[in-house]
Formats: sequence, C-alpha cells, structure tokens
Amino acid sequence: MLTKRIIACLDVKDGRVVKGVQFRNHVDMGGILELSQRYADESVDELVFYDITASSDGRVVDKSWVNQIARRINIPFCVAGGIRTIADAKAILNDGADKISVNSPALERPDFISELAATFGTQCVVAGIDSRREGDKLQVYQYTGDETKTIKSKRDTVSWAREVTRLGAGEIVLNCMNNDGVRQGYDIDQLAAVRAAVTVPVIASGGAGDYVHFADLFRQSDIDGALAASVFHSGKIPIPKLKAYLKSESIEVRV
Amino acid sequence: MIAIIDSGGANIASVQFALERLGAESILTKDVKIIQSADKVLLPGVGAAPIAMQNLAEYGLIDCIRDLTQPVMGICLGMQLLFAASPEGNTPLLGIFDADCKTFSPAQGRSVPHMGWNRLSKQQDHPLLAGVGEGAHVYFVHSYFAPITAQTIAATNYGDDFTAIVAGNNFMGCQFHPEKSGLVGAQILRNFLEMPS
Repeated sequence: MLTKRIIACLDVKDGRVVKGVQFRNHVDMGGILELSQRYADESVDELVFYDITASSDGRVVDKSWVNQIARRINIPFCVAGGIRTIADAKAILNDGADKISVNSPALERPDFISELAATFGTQCVVAGIDSRREGDKLQVYQYTGDETKTIKSKRDTVSWAREVTRLGAGEIVLNCMNNDGVRQGYDIDQLAAVRAAVTVPVIASGGAGDYVHFADLFRQSDIDGALAASVFHSGKIPIPKLKAYLKSESIEVRV
Repeated sequence: MIAIIDSGGANIASVQFALERLGAESILTKDVKIIQSADKVLLPGVGAAPIAMQNLAEYGLIDCIRDLTQPVMGICLGMQLLFAASPEGNTPLLGIFDADCKTFSPAQGRSVPHMGWNRLSKQQDHPLLAGVGEGAHVYFVHSYFAPITAQTIAATNYGDDFTAIVAGNNFMGCQFHPEKSGLVGAQILRNFLEMPS
C-alpha cells in the first residue's frame, strides 16, 4: 500500500532555513545541508525547499545548494521559488531536484504549467497554492513570500486547483494560510474540497502543531501527504516518533 | 566503468550522484562505443515514452541497447522502455520483455501519478534483491506501469499489482527510483554494481 508521505518544508532565505508565523517574522532555523541530512537520516519521506524571497524579488533560487543536496541525500526533493522559465526549471532538475513547484508565476501565466509538463512530464511539476479562507470563500493569494507584496488573486482555490491539473500539474501542495504557523491543526474541510476536485496527489500544508493533527488529517481525508516546517525544525515533533505514532494509529507510513 | 545512457530526460544527475555515494565511477553518454564497452549500463528515464524512444532512435541506440550482453538496468521510464509497448502515444518500445505497459486510472483513494513510498513484495529470488527485506519501501513516481510477468522478481500494489523489479538474462529494471529510495535503494544499486560483468 502507498504510504502517507511526511514532508519537511525548508523555507530558504539567503541560503539559510527560516520559518515565520503566517508567513511573517522569519527566524533562522539552520543550514540547508545539515537540516536536509538530518531529515533524510530520520526517514522523512520527502523535502521541499521554498525560496520564499524569490518570487517577490524577481530572483531565481541560488542553484548551488540544489546540486549539493542532490549529491548528499538519497530521498526525493522539490524546489520552489521564482521559477519563471523552462530554462530555470531545467537547470534545477538537471542539478538533481526531482520536482519543481510553481506558484505565483503560474498565476501570472497559467500556460507556464502546460509548458513545464510538456517538457519534463507531469510528475516533475507541482503547483503550490496559497489559499486563504474568507467567510465561506476560498481565495488564492499571490507573492506570499513578502507580506508587503502579497496580493489577493482573482482565483477561487477549488477552481484554480482544477485548472492547474488540467494544464498538467502532477501534484498540488495546498498551503492553508489561516492555519500556517499557528499549530492548531490542518484545515481538513478545505483540503478535502480540493482533494475531491482533482485526481493528482494533494499535499496538506499549514497548521501542524501536534501528533494528533496528522492522524486527524489522514483519517478524515484522502490527502496523500502532510507537510510541516516549524514543528519539525524545532524538534517539537521528531519524525521517527511521529511515524511510530501514526503506525500505532493504523495509518500506513514508512518507518 | 558504468555507462548511464543520456536519453535526453532531466534529472539524470541523481543516478550519477547515487553511484558516486557508492564509490562507483560513471559516465553520462549517448556514444554507442562507450555504451558497448561499459562494464554495466544504466538506462534512466524521466518524462514521456514517445520522446525517450525518439531520442534513442535519433542517437542510434535502439539496436545498441537490444544487443548489450553486460548487466543493463532501466530505471522508472527506463524500465518501461524495456517492455514491448506503451499506451502513452501508442509507442513501440525496445521489446526486450514481452508485455505491454498500462495506465493507472484514478479512483477513490488512488491519485495518479502513483507518487511516494510503497512496498516491494518478492516474487522470485534474485541477486538484485540480496539484503532487501520483504515489504521494504521504495520511492515511486509514475502514471504507467508494467504488468506482472514471468520475469517479475518484485511486485507492488497500487490498486493494480504491477512489476516493481523485472529481471531476465542480463536485463533488469526498477519501476521505482533506487537513487532516491534511501538505504533500500542504495542496497539494490550496490547489488547491481556487484554483479559480474
């Protein structure tokens, strides 16, 4: 049986791993290679590296660390942040990343997703979606890496999720912004709504604060994986303990 | 020397890095002579079957690969290329293994692509599986699959049972990515490297 994936997200800023609360107040969490190696040794299933400054600064992620990570660790990883051209994506994939994730550039120009999928295959292309609950609506936000540049897009989350998969995204990472960094649990209703709308894997992001939040997510939805950052980086939830707990709750994981 | 066939897809570097971690030298190449004289040959592949076959044809590698006598291992799409045909663009493949690849159809609780860590179930003893425990997890990313055949040495289930590892004569293939499958993947690559050439 396919296991539920536990994914550590490393937000990268100026070559260091950082984490903020609701995308703000970034705190230094450590070096990229050291943290990546630690997670691989602890049997995390996958890593995601987001250069959170890239999209809003118009910069491309510094590629030297992509190559260093690919040389060192033996688990899959995805790179996100300001990937705007086929050449940007190609350089990162050729350096050893397994997937690239696009967010703001896809909102600017949706056809970019179909171009990426046609060039590299859908399995390489992840659509990152930053979604905020506003009353009874789910709203996609853009340029969330920098709060001074963050804007509300014209997109509704569920229809944007459908559109990115129609265009060729092979996976969706749904960041539920209201929940991000506040450690009160995942927004399971929102995640389930997106899960029901598409056939590709959907990864939950935003809200993990305790062991039970992961079990609730996997028991109450068909979500394929859970992504978290601060609870892993801080050591509050060690990955081996999380997996042992999930296994004891009869949730299929790789231990 | 290990030859890694450059079939034009991205992400071939990962395979080379995995061999480096195991202390093996490799060369990324599409040169027929280098491939023919290599001790072992790896055929990785990410992307679409029609494009990969078109590239192999353009580089004059189709007969070259079919005629190899040293150990050859396909990875992911590279494994599927060893089979007879793919539904992806109705593409004829190398035809070393006599079965056609199929497509996963999405269902409740089954997202497509099949992406993530799933279990190997041993079907036959084989040197490639030395030191690999029953039910070991490896990392998959694919939307097409090869069915179970007489040459299947390990199977995996994702709604359908499919070939996770195939082996016949000097040709082998892994549907998953051993280069990204942690210690289990490293063991399988080490087993391949230790085979007599």
